Amino acid sequence: MQKLVDIVAGVTSGSLKASAVVEEHLARIGARESEIHAFNLVTADQARVDAAKVDEDVKAGKKVGALAGVPIALKDNMCTRGVETTCSSKILQGWKPPYDATVVTKLRAAGAVIMGKTNLDEFAMGSSTENSAFGPTKNPHDVSRVPGGSSGGSAAAVSAGFAAASLGSDTGGSIRQPAALCGVVGVKPTYGVVSRYGLVAFASSLDQIGPFTSDVRDAATLLEVISGHDPMDSTSIPQPAPSLVAVLDHGVAGMRIGRVTDLPEGCEPDVLARLEAAFDALRNAGAIIVDIKLPSIQYCLTAYYLIAPAEASSNLARYDGVRFGNRVEAADLNSMYAATREAGFGEEVKRRIMLGTYALSAGYYDAYYGKALKVRRLISDDFARAYEKTDVILTPTSPSVAFKFGSKTDNPLAMYLCDVFTIPTNLAGHPAMSVPFGTGADKMPVGVQVLATTLGEQAMFKVAAELERSL
Amino acid sequence: MAEKISKETVVKVSRLARLSLTTEETERMTAQLAGMLEHFRDIDALDLASVEPMTQPYPLKNVLRKDVELPSLDRDEVLGQAPSAESGRFRVPPTIGFDV
Repeated sequence: MQKLVDIVAGVTSGSLKASAVVEEHLARIGARESEIHAFNLVTADQARVDAAKVDEDVKAGKKVGALAGVPIALKDNMCTRGVETTCSSKILQGWKPPYDATVVTKLRAAGAVIMGKTNLDEFAMGSSTENSAFGPTKNPHDVSRVPGGSSGGSAAAVSAGFAAASLGSDTGGSIRQPAALCGVVGVKPTYGVVSRYGLVAFASSLDQIGPFTSDVRDAATLLEVISGHDPMDSTSIPQPAPSLVAVLDHGVAGMRIGRVTDLPEGCEPDVLARLEAAFDALRNAGAIIVDIKLPSIQYCLTAYYLIAPAEASSNLARYDGVRFGNRVEAADLNSMYAATREAGFGEEVKRRIMLGTYALSAGYYDAYYGKALKVRRLISDDFARAYEKTDVILTPTSPSVAFKFGSKTDNPLAMYLCDVFTIPTNLAGHPAMSVPFGTGADKMPVGVQVLATTLGEQAMFKVAAELERSL
Repeated sequence: MAEKISKETVVKVSRLARLSLTTEETERMTAQLAGMLEHFRDIDALDLASVEPMTQPYPLKNVLRKDVELPSLDRDEVLGQAPSAESGRFRVPPTIGFDV
């Protein structure tokens, strides 16, 4: 598969035509998309127009951007002006946003070519894309298995070569887990590093946009472009984006790598074996392995599945059939709201709205939501203590390799357990990324997760690059 | 923590959430929510009395912008995406005269 950085170099120098790159990717989409279903919408015509424009600019000697001619897919929960944005939900089907998300504006300004909108679990709630109202995405490595979720379409699009890179959103692991299951790199940056303006909100204190790519250098390159302060997002960190590509070759000599001694149980042996191999690789490269404890992360599922649904129940109140999306007509306003939401939301979304509404309701707020916020603090404090002793932490990304369709759909809690290693990061607001690191059961990809503290992206990328080099 | 969630509570919560769940959905939701809330009891054992709640991951305060007029969304484009609009406004069914 063509690397993002090679496309940029080729297109910028004129040795490669952006139009040819786009056609190659469209050809792969044509050959395999009907089987994979990575996309809700392929914007082939616009992609051809945008690629031709890049080629014209190069020919005319104009300066082109840092992503000139790179085909990029967007998770279908990022607003694209005039282009359908559905969140894989019936309630938004047909909706064309009146504005672009900040990341979309940045990608376009950098010369990227947007290939389309990728499938997800409805409103990003799920770990397999089985909750999409438009049918699941298949894992390109084995189509009988899930690609992970919720950004399963974005992960599959890169894995199948439909796009050189893609963007996803990560609320509890929705970038890193599908990246691991599809054998690609996936990054969740520090909360506030990438603007959320135009990202359809799921849980506002946890959501963060990040890249999927086929290698670490591509991820660093793309993340540098989409990062940075945005006045349109009041939670955006008012600092310049850190330089990442520059540190990739620094190595890890002397760096401290945390090994969690009280990791939650239930991980497949093959996945744990790959984690051990990762520690060995870093040790061989001169890093120091440090044992750390994170005693409170055993409570992360409880904290997350109270906080995220609580925020979601509030955020999703806007889907009421008034300003956008679909409406089921009824005699009065309240009946219209209820009929619209009943018809428009899928089962998992309703379940989380119910759970969140309950956790926030009078009489239960202190017992559930209030307590969960305190547990969130404990988890954050655990990390703070750990990062006094270590620079990064290594864990599995997902407890298992990609699982078969239908194997977890009857039991919501079993599905929620897929996120046990990724959720703590979101609660703390830290960065973390999944790096492909060999295979596990049935030759399916395994990802190793590199975690760092707030704005610790440089340390994280140094270690990720070293892991990739060691393979 | 609270007692096991009842079907009556689920019906009340569904009304608060503006969801008109079917009878079958209410039954299934009651069982599933009860299972989840049972799992969530693991935090009951923690002593949280002196712990500050954490509401956001990055400590920013009072994020304000200058009070100047900025370009806004195009009204016709916004209304064009509404299920129903009329004379520059969103149109909704009657809001009063019915039981809530």
